[in-house]
Amino acid sequence: MAGTEPLLELSDLVTSYRLRPGIGRPGGEVRAVAGVSLTVHAGETVGLVGESGCGKSTIARTIVGLVRPSGGKVLFDGRDLGALPAKELRRLRRDIQIVFQDPYASLNPRMTVANLIKEAWRIHPGLVPRERWDDEVDALLERVGLRSEHAGRYPHQFSGGQRQRISIARALAVRPRLIVCDEAVSALDVSVRAQILNLLQELQRDLGVSYLFISHDLGVVRHLCDRVAVMYLGKIVETGSKEEIYRSPAHPYTQALLSAAPSLDDWRTDESDEIVLTGDVPSPLSPPTGCRFRTRCWRAQDRCRDEEPAPAERDTGHPVACHFPGALPPPTTTAPDSGRLTKE
Amino acid sequence: MANESATPLLEVENLAVEFDTPAGPLRAVRGVSFEVGECETLAIVGESGSGKSVTAQALMGLVPQAARIAGGRVSIEGRDVAGLSDREWQALRGERISMIFQDPLSALNPSLTVGYQIGEMFRRHRGAGRAEARRRAAELMALVGIPDAERRLDDHPHRFSGGMRQRVMIAMALALDPRLLIADEPTTALDVTVQAQILRLLRQRQRAERLGMILISHDLGVVARAADRVAVMYAGRIVETGTVAEVYERPAHPYTLGLMRAVPDPRDIGAPLEAIEGRPPDLAARPAGCAFHPRCPFARDVCLTDDPAPHEFHAARASACHFAEEVIAHGGN
Repeated sequence: MAGTEPLLELSDLVTSYRLRPGIGRPGGEVRAVAGVSLTVHAGETVGLVGESGCGKSTIARTIVGLVRPSGGKVLFDGRDLGALPAKELRRLRRDIQIVFQDPYASLNPRMTVANLIKEAWRIHPGLVPRERWDDEVDALLERVGLRSEHAGRYPHQFSGGQRQRISIARALAVRPRLIVCDEAVSALDVSVRAQILNLLQELQRDLGVSYLFISHDLGVVRHLCDRVAVMYLGKIVETGSKEEIYRSPAHPYTQALLSAAPSLDDWRTDESDEIVLTGDVPSPLSPPTGCRFRTRCWRAQDRCRDEEPAPAERDTGHPVACHFPGALPPPTTTAPDSGRLTKE
Repeated sequence: MANESATPLLEVENLAVEFDTPAGPLRAVRGVSFEVGECETLAIVGESGSGKSVTAQALMGLVPQAARIAGGRVSIEGRDVAGLSDREWQALRGERISMIFQDPLSALNPSLTVGYQIGEMFRRHRGAGRAEARRRAAELMALVGIPDAERRLDDHPHRFSGGMRQRVMIAMALALDPRLLIADEPTTALDVTVQAQILRLLRQRQRAERLGMILISHDLGVVARAADRVAVMYAGRIVETGTVAEVYERPAHPYTLGLMRAVPDPRDIGAPLEAIEGRPPDLAARPAGCAFHPRCPFARDVCLTDDPAPHEFHAARASACHFAEEVIAHGGN
């Protein structure tokens, strides 16, 4: 994709939440997204992976305008969403749609499927002439693997997988160029999940839509995505092609995450090769100084405490935010002493 | 691995569980049989509604209000548990068989300290005094990897992260040295790096205490990592059993084969996923014959009429499919 303008570009994006003081905790500002740069090109699927609280869903919400960034920029088609006049912004928002994890929560239970889809055309008039609405609803339902007789039904009359198809149909109704999928298949049983993943791929092939695919499931991301960004505590620690991330991860967190992710092949694997991090993710209210991963990292040295590593292509060929990036396996000799990594 | 010579810790034979519904009794679990030995982990894997959690509850004598055991036999360490009184069940639970759940927060009392709740096991079952209970609670917390255990005794559950709460649950479950642990989706709510910690902890405790374990999970990857043997459930019955290696390499039921192909294959990246068409049946409208036949690419006439019983086709390997050999040949790689 080199040389072409990215469709979506996040440039040093910061999104903060203000926390009111509560029982047993002080108030303060949480930088859920603490300076993130990322691009998605036309027709591309970029995976954003990380564990809960890393900021990946906040990025999704910021991109679609549900939350305001407190710093940095969101550029779509080269235009800064924060600097556009309201009317143009509204027009551009049409191009970016989102599909959430829980269609129970995102579909109004009192609207029929047809009305849920038509609502998008009421919000964005001029896109589909009113006399075409019914036909278009039928076409969209068929597109996502439902039938026209489903149009008059309500969300609760569908299974989880079907409801996610409705969410996708509704996103497609405004002919977006980018769909942000925020854990869109995480709540589904495996057999149904495969149906939805296949549908997403088919839609991309036919319509050229791009995806920012946010997920905690590394197997699914590997299956679906062209490029992958790994997040930890509000920052991207490593970005690369799918092959670079999965075959030669260079950031210790990426390595630990891949090692921890269960896969069908795990019964073949020697458990002594597992990397098991100790401890929990620190609170984003008071992230560690320097490198945010250092408190759980088996390679951490003094420099990691003092100096935050910027994403750079050291010898890795792809950007890694680590002072000491390196290949697997981690040095077992340092493990028992450091107490940060345990190996059996 | 299974200890072949010993009597199994748990034997389940032909278990059936029924729910009372306004439309009449609904059979949620039928014809379920398995064994678990010392130091062995049996995974029960299935999708939502397959009956895996109800099976686990039945083993603990904890079926929901509207449900009852409608047939079959459950023996724990050779003792038939049918007709046990509440008091006898209470003596069994915790002492011989324990359970941990997906959501520890719902099993812990939010208004009591963690130290008190763990200590209660010793006070109630062992007649320990306050100081003794507290000391043993601290020991257990350290054993399950809760840092700074002594100081954290006086914290309430909400002060713990999800992973630490699951460790608290494991401490309580293992407090009285049971022989069997049922883990119902123990890591489903946790992040992957924390999941890896908990799976490792369970494995360590299992080896140290020679526990038999039942792992209930929907996640084929977790099962591959943590279990020795696996039983696959569909629509209330076990459709296939075998060692993890056998079942994963050569599935002998079309549903198992379907599940494997619906998950990204780590050795064939980007290969198209084969979705299983349709969805699991409503238990109230269970298809005649084999319950899987409407979704099954192997189905023939006999499948529409005859419900295949699980049959062993070689040692410790069973499939409830009329065409098991054909499925194996199809999936072989």
